[in-house]
Amino acid sequence: MMAHVVTFLSGLLFALGLGISQMTQPQKITDFLNFIDGWDPSLLLVMAGASGVYFITHQLILRRPAPVMGARFQLPTRREIDRPLILGAALFGIGWGMVGFCPGPALASIVTGNESVLIFVLAMGVGMYAFEVLDVRFSMEPDGGAGLLPRHQVGKT
Amino acid sequence: MEHFTPVSSLIGGIIIGLAASLMLFLNGRICGVSGIFGGLLHFKKGETLWRSSFVAGLLCGGVLLLLYHPQSMAINIPYSGPTVMLAGLLVGIGTRMGSGCTSGHGICGVSRLAPRSLIATGVFLASGSIAAIAVNQFMGGQA
Repeated sequence: MMAHVVTFLSGLLFALGLGISQMTQPQKITDFLNFIDGWDPSLLLVMAGASGVYFITHQLILRRPAPVMGARFQLPTRREIDRPLILGAALFGIGWGMVGFCPGPALASIVTGNESVLIFVLAMGVGMYAFEVLDVRFSMEPDGGAGLLPRHQVGKT
Repeated sequence: MEHFTPVSSLIGGIIIGLAASLMLFLNGRICGVSGIFGGLLHFKKGETLWRSSFVAGLLCGGVLLLLYHPQSMAINIPYSGPTVMLAGLLVGIGTRMGSGCTSGHGICGVSRLAPRSLIATGVFLASGSIAAIAVNQFMGGQA
């Protein structure tokens, strides 16, 4: 039980970091991405701060045999650079650059009740769900998705 | 360089890094928001509680910001409903297909020097820039 509930603290801290760095402001994102028109490099410093900390802490943490609340670490192990990775990242980037929202800031700012935020989060949920449904359907075909989809996802519901 | 906020960005970034570290330290997982949220959309035993707790934490963090740092939550999106909806759909599909977003790939993956995350981060920064520039140039930022 505790193993599950402690993630609340991580989510809370995450949202505070997003707010303090103003990454909850879509304008800060688009002013970074649209670098030819009054570039705002703030996002770069957010990434540097976060990655700098995690670069050190993850190495120290992974010296432990297991996390504090769980039986083992569960980290991604795949290494192949495949089509879904590239295409997915490209599509995500387009949506991100269009309005300046990615999943973390969008979820944290639901509480503002802002209409655009609610539309974005709803559409994001629909997109995620739709992909999972189609992903399973294509993966079940013998040559499902023409090699577009990773095999380990076959049969996932 | 308009509205550059180096100090608050760096401090906020460090806090985000600590939040991701806390997830790894306590729960042993990567702190990827799209993966954590996406995993909530279909029920799987033992996978729902820790994910909902994280999202609840994000929302409570949002409430604290609203109360004590309201300027960070004064969100102004000058785009039409259909544009926002299309962007949301693309973010939803793209993050699941590409197995991550700015947090999982951009922060955790890049710091772990994971090849998939380094590539994904390069790709979404590039396509994101193209999209942001296109919206600004061709639609005057009012799409």
